Amino acid sequence: MNTTAIRALIRNDIRLYFTDRRAVIVGVLVPILIAGFFGYIFGGTGRSEDQGKIPIAVVDEDQSSVSRAITADLAADALLQVSALDRATAREQVKSGKQNAAAVFPQGFGEQTTKSLFSGRNKPQVELLVDPSQNTGARVIEGLLAQYSMQEISKEAFSGAYGRKAIDSYLEQLDQLEQTPLRADLRTLLNAARKLNNQIDSGAEPGSATGSGAGSSEQRNFGLSIPYTVASTQVTARDNTPYNSYAHSFAGMAVQFVLFAGIDAGVLLLLTRQRGIWQRLRSAPLSSSEFILARALATTLISLFQITVIYLAAMLVFKVRIEGSWPAFIAVVVSLCLLNATFGLMLATLGRSASTTRGLAMMATLLLVMIGGAWVPAFVFPRWLQDASRYAPTRWAVDGLDGATWRGLPFDAAVLPILVLLGSAAVCLLVAIRRFRWEE
Amino acid sequence: MLQVESLSKRYGERVAVNAVSFSIAQGETVGLLGPNGAGKTTAIAMISGISRPDGGEVTLGGVSLARDANALKRRVGLVPQDLALYEELSAWANLQLFGGLYGLSAAELQPRAKAALALVGLADRSTDRVNTFSGGMKRRLNIAGALLHEPDLILLDEPTVGVDPQSRNAIFDNLEELKRRGKTLLYTTHYMEEAERLCDRVLILDHGRILANDTVAHFKQQYTNLEAAFMQLTGHALRDGAEA
Repeated sequence: MNTTAIRALIRNDIRLYFTDRRAVIVGVLVPILIAGFFGYIFGGTGRSEDQGKIPIAVVDEDQSSVSRAITADLAADALLQVSALDRATAREQVKSGKQNAAAVFPQGFGEQTTKSLFSGRNKPQVELLVDPSQNTGARVIEGLLAQYSMQEISKEAFSGAYGRKAIDSYLEQLDQLEQTPLRADLRTLLNAARKLNNQIDSGAEPGSATGSGAGSSEQRNFGLSIPYTVASTQVTARDNTPYNSYAHSFAGMAVQFVLFAGIDAGVLLLLTRQRGIWQRLRSAPLSSSEFILARALATTLISLFQITVIYLAAMLVFKVRIEGSWPAFIAVVVSLCLLNATFGLMLATLGRSASTTRGLAMMATLLLVMIGGAWVPAFVFPRWLQDASRYAPTRWAVDGLDGATWRGLPFDAAVLPILVLLGSAAVCLLVAIRRFRWEE
Repeated sequence: MLQVESLSKRYGERVAVNAVSFSIAQGETVGLLGPNGAGKTTAIAMISGISRPDGGEVTLGGVSLARDANALKRRVGLVPQDLALYEELSAWANLQLFGGLYGLSAAELQPRAKAALALVGLADRSTDRVNTFSGGMKRRLNIAGALLHEPDLILLDEPTVGVDPQSRNAIFDNLEELKRRGKTLLYTTHYMEEAERLCDRVLILDHGRILANDTVAHFKQQYTNLEAAFMQLTGHALRDGAEA
């Protein structure tokens, strides 16, 4: 084997790469910037206070204690950024995308809801104006609205002014109806509620022998609430290690831009074929396998350089850490670089003209990267697309890098991604060898 | 030194080179002349091992191209018609690659690259990028790239195409120097005056066949000058086809 020639070709390819400043900037700086941007908008290092609230509008046409209390609850929620608007403005802002949704409390909402809580009849309608492009946000708002409404309405129903009126009204209605065991039980319940309210008014604290401070907000809080609290823990590499979304965005962008470098390497080979330099190469004592090996190694080394710089920036600036196995991280990176090198060679052997090949390869790469979940998390995909993404090596590359970084998984977890990447590299290499035309 | 026996090549239905046979002695400079599409470049490509012949044999100093192509390639230096240079790299970086392709170590390459650059008058421009060179300088560097491994036979495929008279003259000086050093040259050109100045012997090729093979002196004696011989042998019809 002509190892001197192989070394000369590798050195030459590396020289050519560094001579092309555009390639270096596109291959290193751009992925860092894009990954930084994606990482920031998806939550950053997890320590930031500015996590991005969902903007919603509340139109309170009722101005009752119930509607005001619900509005206050929504405004206090960490997920929401609430604006109080009139109906026309709210609709306009949802339409223009400034608000994800607007909840409209109609006139009489507070009174009607407390009545219908017991009767189940004449329920008022809360209108929810939703931006159709923000479905996920709208569902969150719907859930929070239901939670806070139930809390405030039940509070009002049992101890508020509307609730007392409603209890009196129901007891009067029950008096006029034929007595049944069920109605007797309901009468007992309503009387108990009336008695409780009277106790509050007279200063006797419910559940307390002494009673004091009647009318304080704590004492009046008898509404229904969710009978449990939720302690949310981010399951990352280690306890108390917050999720760093830069780790995922850097994985995705590293995969994408390394594949772009593979395309450039393939296109360079196609261009070389069209130049006199190809004759010089062909006239040298160099076999096609030596030539392919040199190209594959050169592209692998260039890809390794790219990923090293990208991850150095990720670690030094964006605090991305290898929380899992370093050997797994290195093995995934090397496998990805090998895949990239053989992918470039395959393109060069399948392509005819440089411009067409570059265009088609870019399109294919972007598709692979999108399907691989490098841009948008794969869980937002429809089920069939999630299944299809398992056939994209990019998905395995991103999973492998995620596993070694923020998920903190051991080496075992990287074995499958590494095998898929190496298998894909082998397929690309076979196609490249089969289709490579060394002869003129 | 070089033996070419019944060398043939066809592209589909078109016969590019048709049973061409000739030989070149050590130290001889031979011109391969022919109109566009005559088969000159195809013949050079086969002799240098770039293109596989459909038939015939090439041997150089007893080494057969068919049996040991790499051994033969090590003894041949090709100067392609198209500039075979990486223009974005320096002259020195180009020579480092070309020497490396022939297995030259850094220690071997250093003096040879310096000598080659000195021969073509580019010693003071070695670190400059090729894309800053004039057309003539690129042509000279193209020649230097074929000399590093000290080949016995140098194949020059129209080495002066597209350069100004001054550069052409400089290239002639380079080739005459190589000739003085005892190198064997096979030289293709359209320019009769080049062949008259440089070559000991001339082969006239057309439609893939050798029409004449004689010394320059003998051609002049028979046809007044080389151009007259060329026109008489190849005719006056225009050759607008692709170069083969």
